[in-house]
Amino acid sequence: MSTVDLYRTVRLIRRFEERAIEFVRSGEIVGGIHPYVGQEAVAAGVCAALRPDDLITSTHRGHGHVLAKGVNPARMFAELMGRESGLNKGRGGSMHAADLSLGILGANAIVGAAGAIATGAAWAQRRRGRSTVAVSFFGDGAVNEGMLLEAFNLASLWRVPVLFVCENNGYATTMPVHSAVAGSITGRAKAFGIPAFSIDGQDPEKVLAATTAAVDRARAGKGPTFLECRTYRFDAHHTFEHRARLNYRSTEELSTGRSRDPVEIQGARLAAEDRTAVDAEVEALLDAAAGIALGSAHPDPAAALEYLYATPMPGLRR
Amino acid sequence: MPKLSYLKALNRALGDELDRDPDVFLLGEDIRAAASNLTAGLFTRFGPDRVLDTPLSEQAFTNFATGAALAGLRPVIEFQIPSLLFLVFEQIANQAHKFSLMTGGQCKVPVTYVVPGSGSRTGWAGQHSDHPYSLFAHVGVKTVVPATPADAYGLLLSAIRDDDPVVVFAPSGALGVRDDVDFATLRPVPLGLGRIARAGSDVTVVALGHLVQDALAVADELAGEASVEVFDPRTVYPLDVDGLAASVARTRRLVVIDDSNRTSGFGAEVLAVAAERFDLDAPPRRVTRPDGAVLPFALALDRAVQPGRDDLLEAIRGVLTEGGRQ
Repeated sequence: MSTVDLYRTVRLIRRFEERAIEFVRSGEIVGGIHPYVGQEAVAAGVCAALRPDDLITSTHRGHGHVLAKGVNPARMFAELMGRESGLNKGRGGSMHAADLSLGILGANAIVGAAGAIATGAAWAQRRRGRSTVAVSFFGDGAVNEGMLLEAFNLASLWRVPVLFVCENNGYATTMPVHSAVAGSITGRAKAFGIPAFSIDGQDPEKVLAATTAAVDRARAGKGPTFLECRTYRFDAHHTFEHRARLNYRSTEELSTGRSRDPVEIQGARLAAEDRTAVDAEVEALLDAAAGIALGSAHPDPAAALEYLYATPMPGLRR
Repeated sequence: MPKLSYLKALNRALGDELDRDPDVFLLGEDIRAAASNLTAGLFTRFGPDRVLDTPLSEQAFTNFATGAALAGLRPVIEFQIPSLLFLVFEQIANQAHKFSLMTGGQCKVPVTYVVPGSGSRTGWAGQHSDHPYSLFAHVGVKTVVPATPADAYGLLLSAIRDDDPVVVFAPSGALGVRDDVDFATLRPVPLGLGRIARAGSDVTVVALGHLVQDALAVADELAGEASVEVFDPRTVYPLDVDGLAASVARTRRLVVIDDSNRTSGFGAEVLAVAAERFDLDAPPRRVTRPDGAVLPFALALDRAVQPGRDDLLEAIRGVLTEGGRQ
């Protein structure tokens, strides 16, 4: 992936999120979102190392992951707005965006849950003779969830081609890492015999390089790798914070954290006119995407429980 | 005709499905050594990739199965202890069950969860003796509780072939049941379809799993005074309401025996259906575990909180004497 492609991805995610926040404010998106602003280099760098048939699981803060994996922004906007043309036909929303055709096994709203899902999917793909790998994204909060640690054990034990990508943005909602994590984040993975690295999660090129090495290792049958990407959440945990004004980060900390902006870091690697061209291309794409989403139909309330079962059952009562 | 035990029928169903469909695999604790006997002989026959012995990591391997299912396989998980289902309730009710709707029908999660030895296991006390089928019915996970060896075989086969998560409870009290079975007649039993285990005309007794035997025994005991029909729904969810309605239309009296705690249990649901839909000659009754029951250890105490034949007999006589029959 080229320098300009990586820039396009981080810029796309940034502007998508800024527009999504506007749609929350205008009421087009109900329920709010968990903005990915500030963490774009992780999604962009990791997904740039993947093939289209590789799998990912995402999180409640997952818009960046699915955009970087290649979803159509119009269908993602439509999903956030609960429209029939959305990725999940408006049945999933921000925290459950999935596109199985792109290997996106879904964003998961239970912290730490998807580590084992990605591990199982990767194990199954290998058993079926495929050379795909799976990536499970999660935050620093997830490293204190027992089921994720159980997943590390299974993945290492069975040498599963899975990557565990921890986005350490410093906070589990309002809980700072230093108050929540005894020992170290990478130490958890190392305890299970998984190679673990702590990398600069603000630089897409560095994330791409580390992920490429981990993917190569997994495809070679050498098992899982753990990457701690040190990043910073520029915006709220959730858009409810825009009104709640929770006091857990100082203005000095916010200023320092925001000073290393992945969009600027990658943008500085482009010639000014190239950057301007990409920015215009992204705006045009998002203008069209937002227009399509806003014009899409709302689902029919009579179909509220459509898709509940894959094998429909006789006798279900409503 | 050869004898087939309930446990052997489950084992046979697993072997037949592993043989028929390369996407099926088993996982769980101690399944290589077949500690519960459910998987006896299968590791030798199918090897470690199809019979995957797991560490004690129930939450992870339950989600692992969901991931494998999303990638196209059909996992079957054995839980040796019914109460482990509490530990993985999130992974089944909140993960596996919800993927189909949440993704707008993009994917399916065909995982089967089998509990060989659910309910009281006699002497295993508080944390090994639960029977939480009503919980899964409540959240909408397909849930079956077979009563006979042929049904154990046929319902497990259907559960594995179904494209949704299905929980199969094999009650401890039913595992030893042996029937004369012509193996050539074994076939899938559709989910959601009940059966008349014994025809009768005065009262319908709804019973599941091991309690079907108790209901049949009580029906025999009452043979001189009343004609008891035993209806075995086989599937807790979805409930065969039409089959039950047809039975009650004949008998106009209803008793349900249910190994759940009373409040919000399967028995409560049957009575709610009766109140909404059935025209009865006497108020229906339920025989259940008491509210909030924790199974105590001592044998007499264990038996005291389980629904038993004496309670059922009394309930049947009660509905027969009410409403002007006697």
